Amino acid sequence: MSEDALESRPNEEQLLYAKILEIGMFVGLGLLLVTFFLYVSGIVGPAVPVEELPKYWEMSVHDYLEATNHDYVHSEHVITGWSWLAVLGKGDYLNFLGIALLSGVTVVCYLGIVPILIKKRDLVFAAIALVEVVILTLAASGILSVGH
Amino acid sequence: MSDSTEQPMPTTASRPATTGHVPIQGPAEGARRLRVLPAVTRLAVFLVVILLLNPTEVQACQEAGVAADASITSWWVWPLVLFLITFVMGILAALGGVGGGVLFVPIVSGFFPFHLDFVRGCGLLVALSGALAAGPGFLKMNLASLRLAMPVALIASTCAIIGAMIGLALPTNVVQTALGATILGIVALMMAAKKSEFPEVAEADRLSSALKIYGVYTEASLGRAIDWKVHRTVSGLLLFIIIGVMAGMFGLGAGWANVPVLNLVMGAPLKISVATSKFLLSITDTSAAWIYVNKGAVIPMMVVPSLVGIMLGSFIGVRILRVAKPAFVRKMVIGLLLFAGAKAITKGLDLPFIV
Repeated sequence: MSEDALESRPNEEQLLYAKILEIGMFVGLGLLLVTFFLYVSGIVGPAVPVEELPKYWEMSVHDYLEATNHDYVHSEHVITGWSWLAVLGKGDYLNFLGIALLSGVTVVCYLGIVPILIKKRDLVFAAIALVEVVILTLAASGILSVGH
Repeated sequence: MSDSTEQPMPTTASRPATTGHVPIQGPAEGARRLRVLPAVTRLAVFLVVILLLNPTEVQACQEAGVAADASITSWWVWPLVLFLITFVMGILAALGGVGGGVLFVPIVSGFFPFHLDFVRGCGLLVALSGALAAGPGFLKMNLASLRLAMPVALIASTCAIIGAMIGLALPTNVVQTALGATILGIVALMMAAKKSEFPEVAEADRLSSALKIYGVYTEASLGRAIDWKVHRTVSGLLLFIIIGVMAGMFGLGAGWANVPVLNLVMGAPLKISVATSKFLLSITDTSAAWIYVNKGAVIPMMVVPSLVGIMLGSFIGVRILRVAKPAFVRKMVIGLLLFAGAKAITKGLDLPFIV
């Protein structure tokens, strides 16, 4: 094998990142499709009946949450942040499992490569990876909240 | 899986198509492919015409959907239409060299009944899924560079959060108008920007040298390894502040901007730029998507049909790229974006839109 061919191979952390990303992507997409099937087939009943959805999806997210909570969900607070976990028994919110997995796999990828970067004494990139984890975790936490 | 790249990867297979030469294994195979292409194109044009150029049809369906008492089956019309239109978008995106998100948000927000909040959340998840699907393959092939992506992603993902928060805080009509203006800007960029397959970088700048942002990839069409390095890293990183904010604010993905900056500003080879851009979206869009998910701006009945439609369409699009005429399709995509951008502006300004 030529030197070029060896050099053009991805490095260890890149391969690990790709592997974790691939697994997360397949599991997330699979989960999303399965939960969607359970939802639309009615096997797992939704919080908001599917035939009523067109009444609400024209509303802004704020109005949508208020209206669906008032009419169907009857939760003390509207379902934002991670509160969908409390209503996972409902088909529509069950889909959030796959969405959360697809949105969360990048954090796992970054955490996975940090030990390799530290072992290589590539401390700048280890720091970049850790800061990225903090940023993404902050975004995922629901702490950052806005409204119209 | 590179089916949903925001720019068609310049491959050996696609190169002949761009020069008008069709790679044919045999006369029968070639004839079959050429018969299939017009059929696919006709289907795409038909669906686009029906769904985009005939808003009264859409409006009728919308009214049927809203008036739930009038029809107990109307709820499934929109997910089905969404699936069909995103399938066509996936084909056009792959053939036209744009990402799904940049077509999805202006078209769906302009011509479908869904509120812009949900369309942007959905657009980000569509772009994110495409990036997640393509990312692992590009990383393994060493076409996407993790070292190039990580510093850029840190800036873009942070700014995408800010953009998402701004987008959700602003009045809808302001965002819709700004979206229209942005789409028209993207059209101008698509028409004006040139690409450089192997940009000349005489010397790497200090920052990229310190961060060891360089690499080697095997260029299959040339049969040799290509060394690459980047320059103007600070300028590139600063531009990703703007790109990140816009990606988060409009839910567009950002391949339309990533590639020119990586390729023309920083000097990364085109293949590296396209693949790294696609991978980059998996990080940038993740941060913005979380803001929309946490805000509750995600409706699974919109997300899943769109995601499946655009991925299947991209899958088909990449395969017919071999026999398609990308220049024509690209013009069609530009026309669609012009149309959707104008619609977004008129909708945002509450002006009449005459088709």
